[in-house]
Amino acid sequence: MITIENLSRRTFLKGAAALGGSFALGLILDPFKPHPFYGSFIGSAEAAEGVPPPAGTLSPNVFVSIDKTGTVTIIAHRSEMGQGVRTSVPMILADELEADWSRVKIEQAVGDKMYGNQYTDGSRSVRHNYERMREFGAVTRTMLVQAAAQQWGLPVSECKAQNHKVIHVPSGKSLDYGQLVETAAALPVPPAKSVMLKDPKDFRYIGKPMSSVDFPDMMVGKAIYGIDVKMPGMLYAVVEHCPVTYGKVKSFDASEALKVPGVKKVVEIPQNQPPIVFNTLGGIAVVATNTWAANEGRKKLKIEWDYGPNVVYDSDAFRKDMEEENTKDGKVVRKEGDVKAALSDAAKVVEADFYVPHFAHATMEPPSGTAFVKDGKCEVWSSCQDPQAARSTVAGAIGFDEKNVTSHVALLGGAFGRKSKPDFAAEAAILSRQLGVPVKVTWSREDDLQHAYYHTVNAQRITAGLDQNGKVVAWHSRSTFPTIWSTFETPDPQYGHKIELSLGYLDLPYAIPNIQLENGKAKAHVRIGWLRSVNNIPNAFAQNTMANMLAEAAGRDPYEFLLELLGPDRVVDLSSTDYWNYDQTYDEYPIMTSRLKNVLRVAAKNAGYGKKLPAREAIGLAVHRSFTTYVATAVHVKVDKDGKVSVPRVDVVCDAGRIVNVDRVRSQMEGACIYGMSACVTEITAKEGRIQQSNFGEYQLVRMPDAPRDIRVHIVEASNFPPGGVGEPGTPPFAPALCNAIFAATGKRILELPINEGKLAV
Amino acid sequence: MTQKLTVNGQTYEVDVPPDMPLLWVIRDVIGLTGTKFGCGIAACGACTVHLDGVAVRSCALPVGSVNSKVTTIEGLSAKGDHPVQKAWLKNMVPQCGYCQSGQIMQAASLLKMNPKPSDEDIDAAMAGNICRCGTYTRIRTAIKEAAGVKA
Repeated sequence: MITIENLSRRTFLKGAAALGGSFALGLILDPFKPHPFYGSFIGSAEAAEGVPPPAGTLSPNVFVSIDKTGTVTIIAHRSEMGQGVRTSVPMILADELEADWSRVKIEQAVGDKMYGNQYTDGSRSVRHNYERMREFGAVTRTMLVQAAAQQWGLPVSECKAQNHKVIHVPSGKSLDYGQLVETAAALPVPPAKSVMLKDPKDFRYIGKPMSSVDFPDMMVGKAIYGIDVKMPGMLYAVVEHCPVTYGKVKSFDASEALKVPGVKKVVEIPQNQPPIVFNTLGGIAVVATNTWAANEGRKKLKIEWDYGPNVVYDSDAFRKDMEEENTKDGKVVRKEGDVKAALSDAAKVVEADFYVPHFAHATMEPPSGTAFVKDGKCEVWSSCQDPQAARSTVAGAIGFDEKNVTSHVALLGGAFGRKSKPDFAAEAAILSRQLGVPVKVTWSREDDLQHAYYHTVNAQRITAGLDQNGKVVAWHSRSTFPTIWSTFETPDPQYGHKIELSLGYLDLPYAIPNIQLENGKAKAHVRIGWLRSVNNIPNAFAQNTMANMLAEAAGRDPYEFLLELLGPDRVVDLSSTDYWNYDQTYDEYPIMTSRLKNVLRVAAKNAGYGKKLPAREAIGLAVHRSFTTYVATAVHVKVDKDGKVSVPRVDVVCDAGRIVNVDRVRSQMEGACIYGMSACVTEITAKEGRIQQSNFGEYQLVRMPDAPRDIRVHIVEASNFPPGGVGEPGTPPFAPALCNAIFAATGKRILELPINEGKLAV
Repeated sequence: MTQKLTVNGQTYEVDVPPDMPLLWVIRDVIGLTGTKFGCGIAACGACTVHLDGVAVRSCALPVGSVNSKVTTIEGLSAKGDHPVQKAWLKNMVPQCGYCQSGQIMQAASLLKMNPKPSDEDIDAAMAGNICRCGTYTRIRTAIKEAAGVKA
């Protein structure tokens, strides 16, 4: 529920009289929702009172203002990281406002609760803002129409807003929005629920392709990312962190580093221990007149580390431990029927162990933050996914009250969950506080890959039984992985959090009478964090591969078999489990098997599933619902005699309910396929507590020659459903679709990532 | 040590060590931030600039070895209307956009040397430029459009 309160009187009392103008200032009383993952682990300042807009502008709420020239300014309160949010969320408001997009200006918000929550993750920006942005736009439009009627002395019912004007319908005369601002600003702000929303058939922008507002700057190198922020007198810093997570500095010698021309200072950043949350790991910072000099100085540091207990981390041994854990009874997290009895009665039992390694986000822009601490205030600029979390983290790091920290957001050069954790911004603030000048901290690629908040590593055993008719009668799975909550809580909880388990595990949508899902124990030895799609990646991989194996065991076509396994059209009954539905109620966003089957059918049809293909070529399918959106992927694969895998074409089908910017939905699906494909070719491993991949030489990402040559995105018309997430749901089905295709092409079953091409050779 | 450097038609006198990579001179000394840091080992292409029209990785190129004219994304065209930039905008290629300066500079260099590239030519020329957002299919389409070859 959102209420918009007309605060003109209150603001007036607070001194708005000094501004002279008559205006209405509304504060958004959107009940602030703490972040579902970290909301209870970091502080959060109270909302500001609202900033009075310039006199004579119409600003019924903090998201929109219109000046006398008719320029509409819309606040983008979420972070732009490639998903197009600085365009799509304002588009919603502009549409209801009947604004001419060419006269709309976008301004980026600082971190402040008055905007509601600002965390840009979980594929929720459109989901969480669709309704409220429509209301804010409609409220503003309603006031402009009333103002026109008042100026003309004509009935409101004869006036309508259209493309930045209010028109008097009978006479055809019109007034531009700019001409109505002063009159409208004197009107009371109507309650959001009282205003008429547009009929969706009249949408001007919603559901259509819109070029991103930041593209023109990106074309000419003018777009400013976190790493590009400059302040007068700024120094540049790099930080050496302990190679082993949570290790400590025993001693260090900076004398040689300080001799490097340009190096100004070497500073020890105090270290933080678990629960680390978003605090800096600490280490030794080298501050210089440019990044290169800082790097040269860093090479000359002599540091003795106390590596601490995580020096034992060996990802191969850890895998064996997790697989061993999966041979034992785990914590039961969903149970229907009697799996053990059904398996012992089954005509056929299929069992497999699946493994998905750690990944690093590897954003092309490595983490970077710039801060200036002066006179008890801190200005921080960073490429962060949540400026409120950055504000809290920075305030905590330098011992400031949050109200003395202003947290700005630059463009994010990729994020994928890494930049939800603003440790790098805290480092900049700590250094600026010590040096008294603005400081930019830039992580190197090595820092980024070796000190990430890694995607969890997952081992999963699934045992399933078929009856004599080839029907699946039992599904028993055990899943073991270190938890994200190990960064929030001590001691390490070791079991998966309910939210992690809800990411494609508890919500198994198959129609099987006997289901038992378990979760094993695993201890984290590195920082575990969320990475695009999170646990949905290993879960979609294991489930869709198992479904394919069961089809094989039943002697059935995997596509027909999967449709049957999804079962009759229904809402998946999750009443036997404690399911978290991506911050939505289950009534509003239930899991519907009709929508799962529909996207699967559309994928099969468009990909030409079933057509005859040359030897060692095949089409593989997978379907998965995540972030309230349904995606099916059909991968056409070719495997040559040496085992080299290529993908001439992908068909990806998405049912995201009501969509806003159709082009950005497409681009997110295209990108998600590539992100999913990178998960098939790369991994992060550890030996003696150290991450073995240091740069793009070892951490191989999909490049142009290996990328699918053709990605066709098919968007299912589903505008009668509320908007679903778009940034993440495209990733999980890619790996299983590819691996199912490889099986069909070669007969070789892939149960672990990354794919070992050597094993696919003839 | 001072050195003269011509960037986007403008001559700068920079006082930097000769082994400092061109990237950091451009970004931190001259202050043009359109050229991006991605890896520091010439493995991702985010730092791609032109030396006399030819794409090079500025992050691994000592400034002391630079004797030719440097062009960065800011100087590729006077009005942002190079055919590659136009095709990029039309096809809405970028997502986060961070790697796109490098992608655009690489593509412009490719088309200068090979005005009608085949798919294989495009693969070979663009293999050094990583896009983590995954815009490769649109990059290919835009290159072909800028070249006027059939998609």
